Amino acid sequence: MRAFTYERLDGDSAARRRADTTDSAYVAGGTDLLQLMQEGIAAPRALLDVSRVGTDGVTAELDGIRIGAGTRLTDAIEDPTVAARLPLVAEALAASASPQVRNMATIGGNLLQRTRCLYFRDVTTPCNKREPGSGCPAQAGENRLNAILGGSAHCIATHASDLAVALVALDAEVIVERRNGERSIRLADFYRLPGDTPHRETHLEPGDLITAVFVPIAATGLSSRYLKLRDRASFEWSLVSAAVALKIDDGEVTAARVAAGGVGTVPWRLPMVEDRLLGRTIDVATLQLAAEAAAEGVDPRPGNAFKVPLLVNAVARALAAVADQELAR
Amino acid sequence: MNAPALSAVIGQPVSRVDGPAKVTGTARYAAEFVPDGLAYASVVSATIPRGRIRALDTSAAEGMPGVLAVVSHRNAPKLPYLERDQRPPVDPKSGDQLRMFQDDKVLFNGQPVAVVIADSQQEADAAARCIGIAYDETEPTTTFDPGRGRPPSEETAKGGRPGAAGRGDGAAGLAEAATTVDVTYVQAREHHNAIEPHATIAQWDGDSLTLYDKSQWVQNVVVEIAHVFGIEAGKIRVISPFVGGAFGSALRTWPHVTIAAIAAKMTGRPVRVELSRRQLYHSVGFRPHTLQRVRLGAAPDGRLTAILQDAAAQVATYEEYAETTLQPAETTYSCPNVATAYRLVEMDTNSPCPMRGPGIVTGLYALEAAMDELAVALNVDPVALRLKNHADINEKTGLPWSSKALKACYETAAERFGWADRIAAPRSMRIGTDLVGYGMATAIYHADRAPAEAEVILFANGTAVVRTAASDMGPGTYTSITQIAADELGLPVEAIRFELGDSTLPMAPVHGGSITLVSVGSAVAEACAAVRQKLEALTGEGSIAERLRANGLDRLAASAKASPGEETKRYASSAFGAVFVEVRVDEGLGTLRVKRMTGAYDVGRVINPKIARSQCIGGMMGGLGMALMEAAEWDPRFGKVMNANLAEYLVPVCADTPALDVTFVPSEDTVLNPLGAKGLAEIAICGVAPAIANAVFHATGRRQRHIPIRPEDLIGT
Ligand SMILES: Cc1cc2nc3c(=O)[nH]c(=O)nc-3n(C[C@H](O)[C@H](O)[C@H](O)COP(=O)(O)OP(=O)(O)OC[C@H]3O[C@@H](n4cnc5c(N)ncnc54)[C@H](O)[C@@H]3O)c2cc1C
Repeated sequence: MRAFTYERLDGDSAARRRADTTDSAYVAGGTDLLQLMQEGIAAPRALLDVSRVGTDGVTAELDGIRIGAGTRLTDAIEDPTVAARLPLVAEALAASASPQVRNMATIGGNLLQRTRCLYFRDVTTPCNKREPGSGCPAQAGENRLNAILGGSAHCIATHASDLAVALVALDAEVIVERRNGERSIRLADFYRLPGDTPHRETHLEPGDLITAVFVPIAATGLSSRYLKLRDRASFEWSLVSAAVALKIDDGEVTAARVAAGGVGTVPWRLPMVEDRLLGRTIDVATLQLAAEAAAEGVDPRPGNAFKVPLLVNAVARALAAVADQELAR
Repeated sequence: MNAPALSAVIGQPVSRVDGPAKVTGTARYAAEFVPDGLAYASVVSATIPRGRIRALDTSAAEGMPGVLAVVSHRNAPKLPYLERDQRPPVDPKSGDQLRMFQDDKVLFNGQPVAVVIADSQQEADAAARCIGIAYDETEPTTTFDPGRGRPPSEETAKGGRPGAAGRGDGAAGLAEAATTVDVTYVQAREHHNAIEPHATIAQWDGDSLTLYDKSQWVQNVVVEIAHVFGIEAGKIRVISPFVGGAFGSALRTWPHVTIAAIAAKMTGRPVRVELSRRQLYHSVGFRPHTLQRVRLGAAPDGRLTAILQDAAAQVATYEEYAETTLQPAETTYSCPNVATAYRLVEMDTNSPCPMRGPGIVTGLYALEAAMDELAVALNVDPVALRLKNHADINEKTGLPWSSKALKACYETAAERFGWADRIAAPRSMRIGTDLVGYGMATAIYHADRAPAEAEVILFANGTAVVRTAASDMGPGTYTSITQIAADELGLPVEAIRFELGDSTLPMAPVHGGSITLVSVGSAVAEACAAVRQKLEALTGEGSIAERLRANGLDRLAASAKASPGEETKRYASSAFGAVFVEVRVDEGLGTLRVKRMTGAYDVGRVINPKIARSQCIGGMMGGLGMALMEAAEWDPRFGKVMNANLAEYLVPVCADTPALDVTFVPSEDTVLNPLGAKGLAEIAICGVAPAIANAVFHATGRRQRHIPIRPEDLIGT
């Protein structure tokens, strides 16, 4: 690890001190950044600790729910507002990492965690994300964990966050503090597809500090299911996950929010699935037909082709579970 | 020595005597010693699979803060690497061990090519990143291609890993069979991944060397390093009081031990080498990727007429590690015709090494999976098929077993598991969206014993010290040996201190192959008997303390050596077991969970049922990982394990742990050793993976002929 300076920011200094050089970085829980530094993937000279800048906590506002970027995952899961109004988020977080990691990790950091692609994580191999232009060995290599949606010839790394999948389904916004004020970016627009610049992952600008995520009121209080599939029962990122939230009135779907994890280079919303649900009467055939739309546009590799049927089945299963909840309501 | 007296402590579930030290953090592991002036090393690994180092630029690193030295083949001392008269059982029998910094050759990706020594670990690591290396690459051989397999060398064959073995006429036996199966199984490369990373601290004092090392055999480290450096063994001391798990990865003396000693010599400071998790995947060994073909033939009544088992395993180019993979084919069942063929597939990789149940667990996986296929082909119950072919003697050697209660294992485990409830037809048991499968397998692991010495010292304050150079990598040796001494001396467990893990202590064999308890335990029992005799010869009576004081003694010591004898020529010894498993498979989601596991074991006399159970449930979980998760993701373009970290190399976690039921059937093996025990370590991982694979077939009706079995294998239909 390269030598670095460490400074803990508070609410006041955060406004003055910005991680706006290529050599500086914010650190919150450090659960991802420190791994990256130990492996030599990231080598900031200055760490600015934002875990005590006062951005933690959940607030129910008139038009939606705000989860502070500094909120630890455990605290978010245990928050009564999140549990009652954003069960999809609570479920996605509870299925993330381990209790120890969740006690440290923050909401803001979670959205910015880097991919688990094996080649990104091993500095001795090429990786366009890590070293632009060096190549993408995952295309024809060990790509079991990689994306089947949103990839390019330059990169097929999945976005690893479970939280982001739940949030993208709920039309969440990311609240960002820039030097010249605050702005909000729809999570759906927050991440970049890899294209030929996979090293550029978000639309953040240098120095931007995430202060919160915001879920609009229309997306709260829905019946939902975050179904996460993985090799072992816990402590692993998603092979495939399905985030589903529905509202069914008199047997007819009036709200449908569906997204998938483990499959996309960014958290992947599934509008085609939603379209096949909205306004329809719920029955087994409708759910199945809708779920099959999840495979629209997939571009699998030999090592991850199994994710295609897994994705369809996971969406189908999650839809059925939520439909049951709604019909029992 | 007579059979042990009616015992008070042996057989009791005594809690680990080293438990408090471990959970309070006072137990000191190799990397945690801090000799005065300690410096820290960071090993630089090659990044190509084969070739030569053309240029090595250390100038930037040398100028960095805290850096004391950069060592590579350009400045390292030439070391003699003397050949030992006889190679230790933990070393391959042919080829040459990897030599540290002796030339510019790169033999595999990850090979240590330089080391940076600095005042702090961070400074060493930072400088290590700044070393520039240019290579001349040669075409590597990085695919596991069984077609390239070659028979093992003569030395390896002599060491019990022959290219061909068996009895009778395999082909004829197959030809006469009414029913046959012919199936091929693949097993992934697996890594030990003990919690404690390998580490060594080397400290020279003139020409004397002290090594704090993670080791399963401190006295072998002494001899090995003496030969590497061409120095007297008497000048070397190795200390290793605690080992944070090893599973075979610390049997050998790996190159980093030599690196530590070189680094300490060149800097004149004690130096610590601690391997990173990623480095462990290419710095110590692994269970080799193995492909096996099994052909079984049976008569209409289910009697085996032929067992033909072939294995091809990956091996390094520089050294020939081979396994006893095909031994179970010869010993597990009664069968007149057995033929095995063993091949090694050279690759540019670091050398494999023993991993819990080495070889046996691999061979047994294929054999027991094939037996299940045979049971289906014959339409007989898998347990009945095994009983039908029970080996009443060891047919490989023709010797009777010194003890064998395998039938009781089948019976007990089947009963506790509820095997009778199994509906034989696959895909016939279901709960909700889950298919339910029951599977079983036999476990077998040979029970060996080696010579060992121990010293016992009684003190006038009524306490005793037991000393021998054994290790305790986690199975509970500290505790079980203390119990043996307590019974032999008639002292409470708390009054006894057991010292191990120091090469200056009395001779102990390798802490591996499940031999420690019977070997070291027997020596300790004898030493205790010897000191008791001395005590009895003293005048006076009363407690030990009173007797010593009455004779004006502050201590009384005795030593003993215990060795296996003629019985090894007249008997074959083995631990046995039967493992039963229930799995749940959700084919829609590719999800497989083991619901419960029952194992019944014949391990001879159980010294400590609590620790014995821990051993077994640990082995069961190791087997579960082997069956469903553990696999090195090898990229042949780089000749490298790509998932070399604990986030992507998956082992089971608590949430994967099913209900685990362990029973020991009544057994005592006083032929193997006076304690009546047999080894208990390897046996616990044996048979687990095939039992799971067999259960998966029973659940789904589809055979998975490779491990691990993962969601991609199960999704569908
Ligand atoms: C073993 C393990 C298993 C895991 N499993 C899962 C899983 O199953 N699912 C899952 O979703 N995640 C998983 N994670 C990832 C984990 O959730 C993230 O590492 C964590 O949420 C990151 O948060 P942090 O606060 O620790 O971020 P840090 O590591 O501190 O920072 C991560 C990145 O975010 C930046 N950053 C942090 N806060 C801000 C801010 N306020 N504004 C701008 N930039 C900021 C940092 O500069 C850095 O680039 C796992 C992690 C581990 C170690």
